[in-house]
Amino acid sequence: WGTDEKAIISVLGHRNAVQRKQIRLAYEDLYQEDLIKRLESELSGDFEKAVYRWILDPADRDAVLANVAIKKLSPDHHVIVEISCTRSPEELLAVRRAYQARYKHSLEEDVAAHTKGDTRKLLVALVSAFRYDGEEINTRVANSEAKILHEAVKDKEFNHEEIIRILSTRSKMQLMATFNRYRDDHGTTITKNLEGDSGDEFLKALRTTIRCLNDPKKYFEKVLRNSIRRVGTDEDALTRVIVTRAEKDLKDIKELYHKRNSVPLDQAVAKDTTGDYKALLLTLLGRE
Amino acid sequence: MRKGCSKFFLEDERQFERWNDSAIKSLKAEFKLFKDVVVLSLMHPWERDARLLKKALKKGPPHYNVIVETACTRSSDQLLGARKAYHSLFDRSIEEDLASHVKGSERKLLVALVSAYRYEGPKVKEDAAKSEAKALLNAIKNNNGDHKKKAMEEDEVIWILTTRSKPHLKVVYEQYKKISAKTITEDLEVELLLKETVECLCTPQTYFTRVFGTALREDAKEDAKKALTRLVATQEDVDLKGIAAKFEDKIKERVKGAYKDVLLGVLADDRK
Repeated sequence: WGTDEKAIISVLGHRNAVQRKQIRLAYEDLYQEDLIKRLESELSGDFEKAVYRWILDPADRDAVLANVAIKKLSPDHHVIVEISCTRSPEELLAVRRAYQARYKHSLEEDVAAHTKGDTRKLLVALVSAFRYDGEEINTRVANSEAKILHEAVKDKEFNHEEIIRILSTRSKMQLMATFNRYRDDHGTTITKNLEGDSGDEFLKALRTTIRCLNDPKKYFEKVLRNSIRRVGTDEDALTRVIVTRAEKDLKDIKELYHKRNSVPLDQAVAKDTTGDYKALLLTLLGRE
Repeated sequence: MRKGCSKFFLEDERQFERWNDSAIKSLKAEFKLFKDVVVLSLMHPWERDARLLKKALKKGPPHYNVIVETACTRSSDQLLGARKAYHSLFDRSIEEDLASHVKGSERKLLVALVSAYRYEGPKVKEDAAKSEAKALLNAIKNNNGDHKKKAMEEDEVIWILTTRSKPHLKVVYEQYKKISAKTITEDLEVELLLKETVECLCTPQTYFTRVFGTALREDAKEDAKKALTRLVATQEDVDLKGIAAKFEDKIKERVKGAYKDVLLGVLADDRK
């Protein structure tokens, strides 16, 4: 008699993380089985993936996303960057703990073992960071580091060590001050100056890092825009952004999207997806 | 009290018992060691470690071994706690301070060591450990010839030593012995910081023994004694007990007063 996907969507789609956890526990009490395993066996494809991602605790979810990204034949570096740079320092710590519990390895050792060269240095540094979360800004440091970044970027002879040091250790507030100073001094953003060979993995990761640190909502809007625009939607990216931001700043991202694309995100998603998958996404998009 | 401590005093020609300068110095030094161990022991371990790290950074390269020792001998959660305490005490992260103040080749190693949150389970991948031992051997051998780059600047060396779990690294250490005539620490004689990193992670008992031995020598310097104080205040007694037992005679012979009691206390069965 199959599964009532509509019920799943309507029940799970409208609950927050605490409530979803309670539902899982209650289900296990009642039926002596793991709700997730049950869903895995009943659902399939994009819908299943989305439900699975949605049901997990945020830290656990990020750990799973990171592991999937790392284990790909050609690792999805931008997912690693995204997770390390858009989560708060405490959230990132929780992800590292969840990763260890699940995979019996540290996140950093798995990242290190699956990457090389400068990309590895950058990614390991980013996932290992426990940034200071205060509001203080040191203007002198912002000035000197904006200069260092400019020097490093200018002749395309990127001094990777310094760039990595600054981007992976400074607090987010401090970095925003540095990025602003860079823009004020040079009339353009760092990312514009980093445009280059699209085959260069390190450069790509660097640009993603700066975008995520500087303006995460703008970054997510772009990911959504690209995932929908492609011939054949990039469901992984679409699911990832909607599911991970639904309880954070999805509302703001929706507004940004509407402004940039003159069409509401709901509409674009509805046009590009079908069935239960579409229904779940629209439910998550419609949460207040 | 003055009458009972005659050795601290000298007859002065103006008819008073004058302090024996060198006796004062050694008395002050003993009390300072005792004070240090008490203060260190009383402070919350997170604050204690944050302050130790800050002080070592401020004092410069000869003291960077304290950073290595702290980062490598604490548990993952203790190191994390030290990082949190550092935020509270100094309004910066330890990584950003280290990264911006350490200029030399040690920078990458030190920053990566304090940033580690190692897995602490027993699971180890033998194959990975074997290939990583080989990678370390290559990095060390290559750099013995090429004097421009030190082994501690090699990315392979850094990621292996700073991200792998301690149980994993112990297996790497064993595997290295199989493919090289010497142990990793023997091959790293020229790179003290890297050698201490490996020791603290893979053979901490060797490291502790060395600290005890150096501190209890006749000609032991201040820093050596401070190192011992630090160990006694920061390491678990159970880890130090065996070593302290070997040095019991030296402790009784060379150390005086309350500080001696503290050192001998490590041996006592009823502690912690």
